[in-house]
Amino acid sequence: MSAAALVVRGARRHTTRRRRLVVAGLAALTVGTFLVRVLLGDFTVTVADFVRILAGAQIPGATFIVLDSTLPRATLGVLVGAAFGLGGAIFQTTLRNPLASPEVIGVSMGASAAAVFAIVTLGLSGPAVSGFAVVGALAVCAVIRLVAGDHAGYRLVLVGVGSAAFLSAVVQYLFTRADIYDAQTALVWLTGSLAPADWTLIGQLGATLAVLLPLVAWCSRSLRLTELGPDTATALGSSPRRTDLLLGLAVLLVGVAVAAAGPVSFAGFLAGPIARALNAGRTSLLAAALTGAALVTGADHVGAYLVADTNLPVGVVTGALGAPFLLWLLATGRTSRSTS
Amino acid sequence: MTVVTSHEPTVADATDSADPSAATGSRLRAEDVTLSYRDRVVVDHVSTAIPDGKITVVVGANACGKSTLLRGMARLLTPSSGQVVLDGASIHAMPTREVARRLGLLPQNPVCPEGVTVVDLVGRGRTPHHGRFQRWSADDELAVARALEATHTLDLADRVVDELSGGQRQRVWIAMALAQETDLLLLDEPTTYLDVAHQVDVLDLLAELNATRGTTVVMVLHELNLAARYADHVVALLDGTVVASGPPAEVITEESVLRVFGMRCRVVPDPVAHTPMVVPVGRHRPQVHTPRSTPGGGTR
Repeated sequence: MSAAALVVRGARRHTTRRRRLVVAGLAALTVGTFLVRVLLGDFTVTVADFVRILAGAQIPGATFIVLDSTLPRATLGVLVGAAFGLGGAIFQTTLRNPLASPEVIGVSMGASAAAVFAIVTLGLSGPAVSGFAVVGALAVCAVIRLVAGDHAGYRLVLVGVGSAAFLSAVVQYLFTRADIYDAQTALVWLTGSLAPADWTLIGQLGATLAVLLPLVAWCSRSLRLTELGPDTATALGSSPRRTDLLLGLAVLLVGVAVAAAGPVSFAGFLAGPIARALNAGRTSLLAAALTGAALVTGADHVGAYLVADTNLPVGVVTGALGAPFLLWLLATGRTSRSTS
Repeated sequence: MTVVTSHEPTVADATDSADPSAATGSRLRAEDVTLSYRDRVVVDHVSTAIPDGKITVVVGANACGKSTLLRGMARLLTPSSGQVVLDGASIHAMPTREVARRLGLLPQNPVCPEGVTVVDLVGRGRTPHHGRFQRWSADDELAVARALEATHTLDLADRVVDELSGGQRQRVWIAMALAQETDLLLLDEPTTYLDVAHQVDVLDLLAELNATRGTTVVMVLHELNLAARYADHVVALLDGTVVASGPPAEVITEESVLRVFGMRCRVVPDPVAHTPMVVPVGRHRPQVHTPRSTPGGGTR
């Protein structure tokens, strides 16, 4: 082993160690927020009681609250957050633009509009709604691609922001037509909420993610080349089809997550850059997924207990965090670094 | 790996000067290639052969199609007619990974993601050699080490690419292409944005690689005098067609510069390397009292 090869090994080990540290820290944070969401709140449950409840013990009050309210909500928060975090990071990395997250460019809203259409107009429920959400997300992607061309810069973001606004109007219109305009339902489909959490929904989402996540892991290696730009990626033997496949998987992730909890505002938009900042600027999909999970679960807890007697949906909290971050990105010019 | 050493049957260059490729063989050739963006033809029925083991420089005025030709030869663009041949097969019909093991490319403005360190970036050059399930190996470590040593960037190994100077960054990108360990290396204006000292530095590095490893280098250059200095073979493009190709001494003449760049010039021997040196005539000259007056000097 030459001295130079040892230098290479040492330098690589340095970045690997940092990534592992970040992932371990975020995993701990996710478990922490999950436990906080389940155990703390109006009704505090001890860890010992929680274990006994999971084992089947009936504790008056506590069992009902945990199994029917806080545990499903926290579980859904973790699943949805991970899906948004992953989907967002894939979008931002492949399009090489932190603004190009599914929430900002209208993909989430497209999924939401299609889901509302399926529920309100067609009277569907369950997996069929997820199917519609995915189709809606894909349709928005196709339209943006068609209008914005191959450029991943401002044009794509502007077209996306426009379609997001239009689709949010579509959601509101569908509600007025259906005469079931109640504020809670509308909030789910406009900003996202974990209120619909129940074990059937979690089972469906969990099963879908169990299929999608291994596929993402398998494709994610090409991301290391894709993020170098299309020319270098091709020069290094990455086929553009791999990238399209990965983006397609990200759309599916966002679609099924929206079908479960609505378009949780800015969840994917925030998770990617936060994970990246922790990892010294480098992309790590695992870190982004964990950040998303912790963010959504934590935001749901804050939303539930920040204002007394008011249960803010998770999307309101993530939206309140995301908007200033969006402004900061724009103000500091940390957007599109693609020169083409 | 098949190596085609048969000489060129038809090199349909506009000038039929002695082509070195006829003697050495050409693993990479453009055969009647037309490249267009939408309906605008940028490279028009170009045939040219890249001599193996030599440094080929593509020159021409802005928007003459030289970068487009290079991108076509690196399979980044698909020709609307004709084909690019690598080792006897059409490059666009080969699996892109297979091409990546034989031909390396450095694009004009490569983008490095934030936070990526030098070893990480250079290590990505090893990707074409990885199997579907095979990951990083000791061979990769050695290849990256060799690439860093060749480009004198070993001491930058754990630095973040974003934070390097322009000259350092360019050397790191070349290291990434070198880690690919291909016999053919294509570079699109590797000296852009570099000051003259760093331009020479990068070109010296490429000349060293060519001399020590026998790497075939093809690059687009703007600076004619550096092209003349470093090239074994020059391809001159005008409006998407090859107007001259051959050794610098044959291609870089006062007539060809006038034709290709529309600029009057004198060509004198480079005092250092004795390669052709282009001295523009221009319209303006400073009014300096010189012992010998030059014709037309001193007019504004």
